[in-house]
Amino acid sequence: MDRFVFLTVDGLSRGAVYAAFALALVLIWRAARVVNFAQGAMAVAAAYVAYSVSAATGSYWLGFGVAIVAGLLLGAVVDRVVMRHVDHASPLNPVIVALGLVLLIQAVLGMVYGNEFRPAETPFSRSALTVGGVAVLSPYDLFVFATIGVVVSGLAWMFARTPVGLRMRAAAFAPEVSRLLGVNVGGMLTLGWALASGVGALAAMLVIPTELGLHPHAMDLVFVSAFTAAVVGGLDSPPGAVVGGLVVGLLLSYVSGYAGSDLTPLAVLVLLLAVLLVRPGGLFAPVAARRV
Amino acid sequence: MSAPDLLVVRGLVAGYGAAPVLRAVDLTIPAGTIAAVVGANGAGKTTLLRALSGMIRPSAGQVVLAGEDLRGTPVEQLVRRGMAHVPEGRGVISELTVDENLRLGGLWRRDRADADRALDEVYELFEPLARRRRHLGHQLSGGERQMLALGRALVGRPRLLLLDEPSLGLAPRVVARTMALLRQLRDRTGLTVLLVEQNVRSALAVADQGVVMSLGRVVVAAPAARLRDDVDLRHAYLGF
Repeated sequence: MDRFVFLTVDGLSRGAVYAAFALALVLIWRAARVVNFAQGAMAVAAAYVAYSVSAATGSYWLGFGVAIVAGLLLGAVVDRVVMRHVDHASPLNPVIVALGLVLLIQAVLGMVYGNEFRPAETPFSRSALTVGGVAVLSPYDLFVFATIGVVVSGLAWMFARTPVGLRMRAAAFAPEVSRLLGVNVGGMLTLGWALASGVGALAAMLVIPTELGLHPHAMDLVFVSAFTAAVVGGLDSPPGAVVGGLVVGLLLSYVSGYAGSDLTPLAVLVLLLAVLLVRPGGLFAPVAARRV
Repeated sequence: MSAPDLLVVRGLVAGYGAAPVLRAVDLTIPAGTIAAVVGANGAGKTTLLRALSGMIRPSAGQVVLAGEDLRGTPVEQLVRRGMAHVPEGRGVISELTVDENLRLGGLWRRDRADADRALDEVYELFEPLARRRRHLGHQLSGGERQMLALGRALVGRPRLLLLDEPSLGLAPRVVARTMALLRQLRDRTGLTVLLVEQNVRSALAVADQGVVMSLGRVVVAAPAARLRDDVDLRHAYLGF
């Protein structure tokens, strides 16, 4: 029982990060119809910026803030300088360009910072608090939950309730009509990329200290899990991404806890296959098809 | 006692790719009038509207709205110059609610109080929309979608309304109501309308000016009443 509680909490904490990362993928998919395969590398780049700032100033929080800002800016730059100029006639084009971006970013990071793991610090203790003799969750887990909870509900509120959110949704669903109604569709697209990349940077800042540390490839496996989460939830559904992230986090935690960590990559693939066979649009695919 | 011209189009050439669809279109619409553009399929009617609102870039010619040359104005700025374009198929955004669709039409406006007022007016004008505020666009009937598209354009308080085939796919009763509404808006608010129609009879019945297009040119521009009554013109260009 203790073990089950521990694995559940650990899985949810993991899953929260996957949820945020999957949400970032969904944001870009909805806005630009691009699966941003470069998101992991972009997030790591932001985390390296945080590392430099924290090393220079000695402040974790300054680095944390700078990482988010760097993520936002990097997203805007990638949209304006790279993705905007890619021919979307074939869906493969942006994918190939994104993969090229991964190679570029990882190579540059390797040249600047080296290809060894660097320890990443956490602002709170990672040793679990015990409740009634059972080790439950650490202050750092609480920090992860709270941060992601705030960001996800903030984004949900922004999209559902604010004028800029309405503009972003309109621009994503019907770019031509939106322009006729005075929406700056190009600007909304850039904003979407920036927000997604900022959320990605946040996820990287939260998850990297819980793994081996900072490395140009530090987010590769997280990306695979988050991508699975996004597809499981349905690439078009932000709530689906969040639920998908938590499901994948729990699944990985249980499989690695009860069956051994060798099996976790396999478990992700089995989940992906099962969902694609039963509901190819994802669990949260919209019921009503778009009528033109 | 003629009204000043709200829209003046001179020598407009536009198209998709190398072959122009519009070959030197000239057109003048006085403020506060309704102009109906009619003509066979492929005459360039929809292309004319798309060129006016900047959705395709004209390769030559001039579009002047209320004395302002619109050349080089980005599409999203035209609504600020007073032009509203209800595109082919109406452009209701299916994934958004009725209320969101309508509010989107006024988001660009700085005068928030008046944007809210305009929204209330549209709900008064189209009672069925008020009852379906929270419904999604794809849950509406054809007639309601028409109201939504028109209402969304009106929330921006346009001076010139471009309408692409408002009668398409609607019951005759709904078409008649739409046409009557356009006339009512013209009389009450001084709205200028440029309407493209396949349904020649109802278009000419509501319009002040009839514009006949053929093969990318305006071949006749005359008072709508004359087009309706002149048998030779009708036979030559309109086929009835």
